[in-house]
Amino acid sequence: MKNSDQLRIPHSIRSFLRSVVGAIGGLLAGLLICRFAGESPGKVLTVLLNSSFGSGYDFGMTLFYMAYFILAGLAVAIPFKAGLFNIGGEGQLTIGALAAAWAGVAGAGIQSPVLAVLFATAASFLAGGIWGAIPGYLKARRGSHEVITTIMMNFIAAGVTSYFTLYVLKDPDSSQAETIPLSMVFQLKPFAVFNGAPMGGLILALMAMTLVLHLVLRNSVWGYRLKATGENETAGSTFGISAPGAWLSSMFVAGGIAGLTGLVEVLGNSHRFKIGFSADYGFVGIAVALVARGNILGILPSAFLFGVLQKGAGSLDLETDKVTRDLTYIIQGLIILGVASDGLWELPARLWRRRNA
Amino acid sequence: MLEEVFSNWILPTLRVSTPLIFAALGGMWCERSGVVQIGLEGIMLVGAFFAAVVTHYTQNPWWGIGAGMLSGLLLSLGYGLTVLRLKANQIVAGTAFNLFAMGIPPFLSMIWYDSTGSTPVIPGDALFRSAPLFLMVASVVLSAVFYHRSKFGLRIRFAGEHPKALESAGISVRGKRWQGIALSGALAGLGGATLSIYLASSFSRNMSSGRGFIALAAVILGKWLPLPTVAACLLFGFTELLQIRLQGVVLWGEQPVPVQWIQILPYLITIVVLAFAMGRSRAPKALGGME
Repeated sequence: MKNSDQLRIPHSIRSFLRSVVGAIGGLLAGLLICRFAGESPGKVLTVLLNSSFGSGYDFGMTLFYMAYFILAGLAVAIPFKAGLFNIGGEGQLTIGALAAAWAGVAGAGIQSPVLAVLFATAASFLAGGIWGAIPGYLKARRGSHEVITTIMMNFIAAGVTSYFTLYVLKDPDSSQAETIPLSMVFQLKPFAVFNGAPMGGLILALMAMTLVLHLVLRNSVWGYRLKATGENETAGSTFGISAPGAWLSSMFVAGGIAGLTGLVEVLGNSHRFKIGFSADYGFVGIAVALVARGNILGILPSAFLFGVLQKGAGSLDLETDKVTRDLTYIIQGLIILGVASDGLWELPARLWRRRNA
Repeated sequence: MLEEVFSNWILPTLRVSTPLIFAALGGMWCERSGVVQIGLEGIMLVGAFFAAVVTHYTQNPWWGIGAGMLSGLLLSLGYGLTVLRLKANQIVAGTAFNLFAMGIPPFLSMIWYDSTGSTPVIPGDALFRSAPLFLMVASVVLSAVFYHRSKFGLRIRFAGEHPKALESAGISVRGKRWQGIALSGALAGLGGATLSIYLASSFSRNMSSGRGFIALAAVILGKWLPLPTVAACLLFGFTELLQIRLQGVVLWGEQPVPVQWIQILPYLITIVVLAFAMGRSRAPKALGGME
């Protein structure tokens, strides 16, 4: 009965199409809002696209933001398999980035670039992972709701990172709130085609990591445990699958992956930790995962879309008179609503029924 | 002595707690009706912005209060539409509204004032002196009385606790939830307004800076009850005051106390209390569920 008035399209394709249409609808609504500022939506869209694809540098920057959003999106999508809502990506990624900056200072004597990058990777993954595991643990052992604890952990991360940046790892030669710069061995090399945009082999590595995660979650025992817990935690536990274990491990992995932002930002871009480097990337990760409908591979196109938006909006300040980069917040919010409002799809059917009733 | 304590500590604590108390009472009503409200932050931000704009325009803070409440109400009705009608997940939609709300002040301030998210300064005689304090006390008393002693309060609680029972009594659960959401919008909008036209004299970029989330934390620590929620707000307001007072103060050693550690106190307290001092299921039973 439930499906009688819906076209017989396989569920996965239908939800993919709904995502695409919802996201496009949200984007269009966001562009239409520009009319209030006296700018034509078409012009704003042109600026967005030009700015993200216009040159090698621009495209490199788009991929740079995509890298952030792959990580932030995975940090939401993985615990979601186990039925958890990780709103804490923002905190996990700032802590991870700080850890990468710390690794650069603590490992100043390291000579080999490979060792240096491995050390920073381990540090940012562990730091972010622990930051994610704390709410995971509190959920598993104390029953504390992860939405609340992860929100709180975001603010604690902001305080802790700014303390370490200002008091412990402060660059004495800088008047900004930033840490001591990394030595050359810690710095990731960008691709030359991107004309100086801070993005190189890392983006390929992140795509490969996403593919591996997709396969692991689909085929491994761990992936099965997460899914069983997410679908029905009591049924899972009857078959000996421990929900607390799934919660703790998924939050650790998610936090660790968010923490790898340290590689994108600290090793790849600014070569130090700067307070406020993240323009709420962790929250955009929720949008990324949502548009991907929790599908791990879907994170890639979704992160790309948000990368285009982030990069494109940066040019709005200069290219238009009255629209600024802050338009991204409005568009992001509308895209989430467009994708999340499942009831929109039943409206035509409901109206149809009402008319024929 | 007593007067000094009052004017140096008690009154300032009440002042900085005022926005939190309004927002938290709104959040309490909304969550009691069974709808998660993590959008308080965005509502406060938008309320603060429109309150400053309208006060600057009319030079009358009462219009500002009205604008703050109305804009908060409208935003929350949008939220209600997506979660009650369009079946969006409440946490997802709340996050979306927070992001959306962050974009509104810079978008409009660019059009109106050519600035990226702040409003012109309002002259002192067009600002409140102490009226919001009395409003705050009144809404605390009203909330407590309506919560414990009225049919309205009872029905809102049933919508969040036992929606089936309410339904079988012939009362619309969805209607009660709309009311809860509307209350959260108006009250959090009012809380935002007190930020810009009572505690400050203009709107500045991202002015709410986490207060909506602190208000939400206060609701949880207060176990979704009016007076304990207000007590939690006062505690958080006090830590905010401490943070201002201890800026650059040397308490021990030679370095001033790092304010960051005081900044994180409310969040730390919330986690610790939530995890170790509170029983498991204090939240309204049907919180976050669909009908």
